[in-house]
Amino acid sequence: MEKAVFLPDTELHEALAALSADAQVWVPAGDASKPDLVRFQRYRPGLSVRLDARSLVSAKEVLFPRSEALLRFVKEKDLSVPAGHRLHVDDTRTVPPAVVFGCRPCDARGFLTFDRVFLQGPYRDPYYAERREKTTFVSLVCRDADGACFCSAVGSGPADPQGSDAQLIALPDGYVLRAITQRGAALVEKIGRGPTAEQIQAARDMLDQAGREMVGEGSLTAMDAAFRARFQDAAFWHGHIDKCLSCGLCTFVCPTCYCFTITDEARGLSGERIRSWDACMFPHFTLEASGHNPRPSKVERYRNRVGHKFSYFVSKYGQVACCGCGRCIRHCPVSVDIRAVVRDLPVQEEVHA
Amino acid sequence: MPNVVSKNNPYLPQMGTIREIIQETPNIKTFRIVLDDPEQMAAFRFEPGQVGQLSVFGVGESTFVINSPPTRREYLQFSVMKTGEVTRALHRLCEGDPIGVRAPLGNSFPVEALKGKDILFVGGGIGMAPLRTLLLTMVDRREEFGDITVIYGARSPQDLCYRYEFDQWRAAGVNLVLTVDREFPGWEERVGFVPTVLAEEAPSPYNRVAITCGPPIMIKFVLAGLKELGYEDDQILTTLERRMKCGIGLCGRCNIGDTYVCVDGPVFSNTQLRQMVSEL
Repeated sequence: MEKAVFLPDTELHEALAALSADAQVWVPAGDASKPDLVRFQRYRPGLSVRLDARSLVSAKEVLFPRSEALLRFVKEKDLSVPAGHRLHVDDTRTVPPAVVFGCRPCDARGFLTFDRVFLQGPYRDPYYAERREKTTFVSLVCRDADGACFCSAVGSGPADPQGSDAQLIALPDGYVLRAITQRGAALVEKIGRGPTAEQIQAARDMLDQAGREMVGEGSLTAMDAAFRARFQDAAFWHGHIDKCLSCGLCTFVCPTCYCFTITDEARGLSGERIRSWDACMFPHFTLEASGHNPRPSKVERYRNRVGHKFSYFVSKYGQVACCGCGRCIRHCPVSVDIRAVVRDLPVQEEVHA
Repeated sequence: MPNVVSKNNPYLPQMGTIREIIQETPNIKTFRIVLDDPEQMAAFRFEPGQVGQLSVFGVGESTFVINSPPTRREYLQFSVMKTGEVTRALHRLCEGDPIGVRAPLGNSFPVEALKGKDILFVGGGIGMAPLRTLLLTMVDRREEFGDITVIYGARSPQDLCYRYEFDQWRAAGVNLVLTVDREFPGWEERVGFVPTVLAEEAPSPYNRVAITCGPPIMIKFVLAGLKELGYEDDQILTTLERRMKCGIGLCGRCNIGDTYVCVDGPVFSNTQLRQMVSEL
């Protein structure tokens, strides 16, 4: 390990405070009233940091806020022009450096889906790009997969370095923090202390162990053809999705769901054009002004969600748009399991005469 | 290619001013828009079929085809049917009002591939807008194309757009066949649904490309009618519409399978339509 430090448990807050000096630091933390409801929060002294717990939502909002102003506009009264006002539109913004500290490898990898869409064309999203360039991801090598996790089934794994700038490896009394990228190396320099040979060895052992672990069964990465063959099979989709409530939770907790809406909000002479998270599970998502809806029921909508992640994205970009974090399974109120749906795509049912 | 959609921020509209508004039908208005920056206006280039997003700040944006041809660039023309929130707000605007424009977006008709061919346009109602940009391109480059036949229909004479141009089209050598759904006093052109008139006219598919746009039910029967006349899938072009927000392939709602109507469309051949997942 070329660039690595040891961070004792007792110095975690000190390290986070040090990083906070020149960046927004986001950590998984429990709410005061609900310590087990863990989500990413801006670090502040006294925060109940929970590196040990899986967060309810990913760190998606650090690069892709739930809601953000794309533009601001002001109408300035001016009777010398025919309209009686001039319109000023402003898209200036400031993006502070940020650190996501202690997300899981799946969360960091989830942004690879965003990168493909938001950075690599045909158009580049400047809002995402600016945050991406200024954010350092420190993921924690995962040792506590649960029954909903399936990162290995989408080509990732509990020690996956893709998308992470540095990795935390938990030891009994602290963490070895290992740099993966240049940006990670710059962060590692700021905190911790030189690790002992024993600590390095223990970290190596754990990385090896985690790297060999298979989380989730089989592989869900080559389902493009099976999905297309299944597209028109109404009985298949009904069978899997009739219980769906169309609540959209799966999309909001998903680290790779990036669909959004744009709405204008104005009051008096000024307003904002706002981008917000949206969900393909909602009927209004594709409802046209004429009343026509190309995805009129939850069957078409859920089929699109599965297709987007495991077929369309694969045929377009050669990768699945799923990081296997399992949140959509863990938190679904009616226990829809996307793994089961995708796994069943190529399965031929027995035909009963 | 100079492009109004900013490379730095493709969400940022260019500011323009409405020069002229034409009431086409009781619920369709045409807007002639000039970009406020004269350099941007002079540098603006687009291909027939490309679209633009019009902004009413405080209400939102919607996508419309640029229905003026690239051969006439004194203004950008959009025709808007009053249907939803943004289109209602657009209809409230007046000449001289500011408006935001993000254009050009999307793909275009394969003009170069159509050279030397006979052309059949089949349009219904507001569906004439995307056809108009290509039709006028061909009118302005008339010698590069063969016969141009236009079958254009609407419910009633007053629902036909661009009525004030019909004489010019005919004078330019366009075989214009007009039809309305039923008899109206004073109407001396054809009567009947567009697919019926198409079957009666029966333009030969030999060396011809058909381009159709209109309400979904009309397109359905026109496609069947063209097939009946012997047109192959790759001789038929149409445009698709979808609810759109970003217009730049990101927001995720206008997809049909892995095809995004906003960036891969709006123009598709019937061959392409048949290869898509069936989610029209």
